[in-house]
Amino acid sequence: MADIFPLRARSLTVRFGDSTVLHRVAFELADGARIAVLGSNGAGKSVLLRTLHGLIEPTAGEITWGGSAWRPREQAMVFQRPVVLRRSALANIEYALAVNGVSGPKRRQRAREALERVALGYTAERPARVLSGGEQQRLALARAWALSPRVLFLDEPTASLDPRSATEVERVIGEIHASGTAIVVATHALGFARRMSDEVVLLADGEVAERTPSARFFTDPETPEGERFLKGELPWNGISHGSTRA
Amino acid sequence: MERYLARLYARVSIAWIVAAFIVAALLASTGAQAQDFITVASTTSTEQSGLFRHLLPEARKALGFDVRVVAVGTGQALDMGRRGDADVEFVHDKVAEEKFLAEGFGVKRYEVMYNDFMIVGPKDDPVGAKGRDVISALKKIAEKQSPFASRGDKSGTDAAEKRYWKMASIEPPKGGWYRETGSGMGPTLNAAAGMNAYALTDRGTWLSFKNRADLAILVEGDEKLFNQYGVMLVNPAKHPHVKKEMGQKFIDWLVSPAGQQAIAAYRIDGEQLFFPDYKP
Amino acid sequence: MHDILASFALAVRLIAGGDPELWRIVILSLEVSLASAFFACAIGLPLGTFIAVRDFPGRHAVVVMLNALLGLPSVVVGLVVYLLLSRAGPLGSMGILFTPSAIVIAQTLLVLPLVAALSRQFAEDAWREYREQLTSLGVSPARAVPTLLWDLRITLFTVVLAGFGRGASEVGAVMIVGGNIDGVTRVMTTSIALETSKGDLPLALGLGVILLTIVLALNALAFAIREWSAHGHG
Repeated sequence: MADIFPLRARSLTVRFGDSTVLHRVAFELADGARIAVLGSNGAGKSVLLRTLHGLIEPTAGEITWGGSAWRPREQAMVFQRPVVLRRSALANIEYALAVNGVSGPKRRQRAREALERVALGYTAERPARVLSGGEQQRLALARAWALSPRVLFLDEPTASLDPRSATEVERVIGEIHASGTAIVVATHALGFARRMSDEVVLLADGEVAERTPSARFFTDPETPEGERFLKGELPWNGISHGSTRA
Repeated sequence: MERYLARLYARVSIAWIVAAFIVAALLASTGAQAQDFITVASTTSTEQSGLFRHLLPEARKALGFDVRVVAVGTGQALDMGRRGDADVEFVHDKVAEEKFLAEGFGVKRYEVMYNDFMIVGPKDDPVGAKGRDVISALKKIAEKQSPFASRGDKSGTDAAEKRYWKMASIEPPKGGWYRETGSGMGPTLNAAAGMNAYALTDRGTWLSFKNRADLAILVEGDEKLFNQYGVMLVNPAKHPHVKKEMGQKFIDWLVSPAGQQAIAAYRIDGEQLFFPDYKP
Repeated sequence: MHDILASFALAVRLIAGGDPELWRIVILSLEVSLASAFFACAIGLPLGTFIAVRDFPGRHAVVVMLNALLGLPSVVVGLVVYLLLSRAGPLGSMGILFTPSAIVIAQTLLVLPLVAALSRQFAEDAWREYREQLTSLGVSPARAVPTLLWDLRITLFTVVLAGFGRGASEVGAVMIVGGNIDGVTRVMTTSIALETSKGDLPLALGLGVILLTIVLALNALAFAIREWSAHGHG
């Protein structure tokens, strides 16, 4: 069986009606890598992740996994607001496993293990909806992790969380990566991005402005856009906040 | 604790309702399977007089099968027979019945019983209709243009009423005073009571009608007011599925001494409503 | 006024005294309304949900048609079913005209569009929230239907109650296809119509009180369920 890596996007363009949200974006993800996708609001981070994951069809360009256009199933995604079903936490994970072909007593066992791994064992029988925001997000991660994904996409996973929950979520993501899953995370939290990635892809107005190893980006970005972004001055939706383009 | 109770309550309700669904679905579907009954198309006035309530249990005892009566206007009852939706016709419009026979939809007409019509109206009788003469009463009502509630629904009663108007040379009655309700005897009497109007009704419905307001019987006893009921088996030659043996048994019972006696025995407040008159 | 109060008193006596005819009518009404609600929901709930999650050619037309069926006068449905079930009609040989089965059929046809339209609305709202995550987990739209049905069970239960209430309130169509036969197809609503037209108020009022109580109880139950699920159950 051919390997699904690298995930490669070439000249990726996504248009909704009249507006172009992504324009000729190039992207590459290697096995086990960690990439943070940064950019201000409207830069196209969420759309990029969804397109790579397969939730959105690109208007133009191509996405290949290990050279093939075929989209593998061993990927998962977690969203800013965790989506959990009206059933117990354990049942939520069992549901995901059932949908992916796991049945019998093995299913319950794997679900329990998944909950334990994220320190949510005590919530097993509780309705998922009564869990706190941080607990629900960890549940979503546990659910994704239970599917043994090779890639995990995360769209602003800590944006709705308080600092303590954010820290816990960060730790879980770290553990998921340690178990061999590649990470692509879109985020506004720069500290989180710095700790959670080896490489930064900066989007501006739907285009890739910069692609730099994290170790360097946060102290010494390569482009003016990178600089302005870090200073918090990057235009939002193309509207400049005063300073002209150098 | 409260949460536990609420949960329990919800679980029990859902379980009960699911069970009820299943039971109901089963019941409703098996109920149709029983085939030991006949369908009789009859009139609303017969039904509303309560005659069938009294008669059918006796019939069931004597015959061993159910008699199911669908009560609609005479016109609609005969149409049911034409469509084959009834096994037996039990109506009161000789002209329409003979037409039904002539069309080949009925086998044979038996005269079973009669009751009589009456004119009811405001008890102070503004037009002076009171008496034994229905035709002169109608003439007075039309002359003074006093409100009159008519059924106007192709029923036996309605057909009789229209014949009386014709005999009074007022044909058709026209004007704001003549109001056709297009409905059964009961609703028409309701309308008459509400409008303090005159109306033609059969004795049976009147006696069991409880909402009389200021209405009273004004004209009765005129021979013309006798209302003959006929019963016919729907022709199996036209509709092979008609339950002809059971249907004929029912007819035979109606005209037998036992059936005729049962008809005579029906009373409201001691008064007999229907007079058996079968002559072999 | 005195008449109405007297009738009302008689009505209460009939109910409390367990008048057998009254209760026979009530039980038959419950049976046919439960049965028709069952069939209407068995078809309508998944149908409405499926329409919500799946885009297919002609979907818009189906939605428009469902909404039109909602506004259909019930006597028209009664007439159509009557013509279908009459001996002179295509399904006449089944011989179910003027039986409770005919009532169940007519009521099911009336309740089905309601259930489908309501469940479609709720499912659409839920799907908007769930679509991305479920798709990401590998759930196809078809597979999502039972998931949504279970997830929305509380809300859909109120839809079931609404469907039952609609069926139990029907008069015209039931009269036409059932024939209002004493002891066979006479239900609460047609009884009330008949007894009222005869001017016999006590029985009509008694039945009216029971029918009203049932409908109110259903609505109270639906309300309580919504409240209970909104606070704390999750």
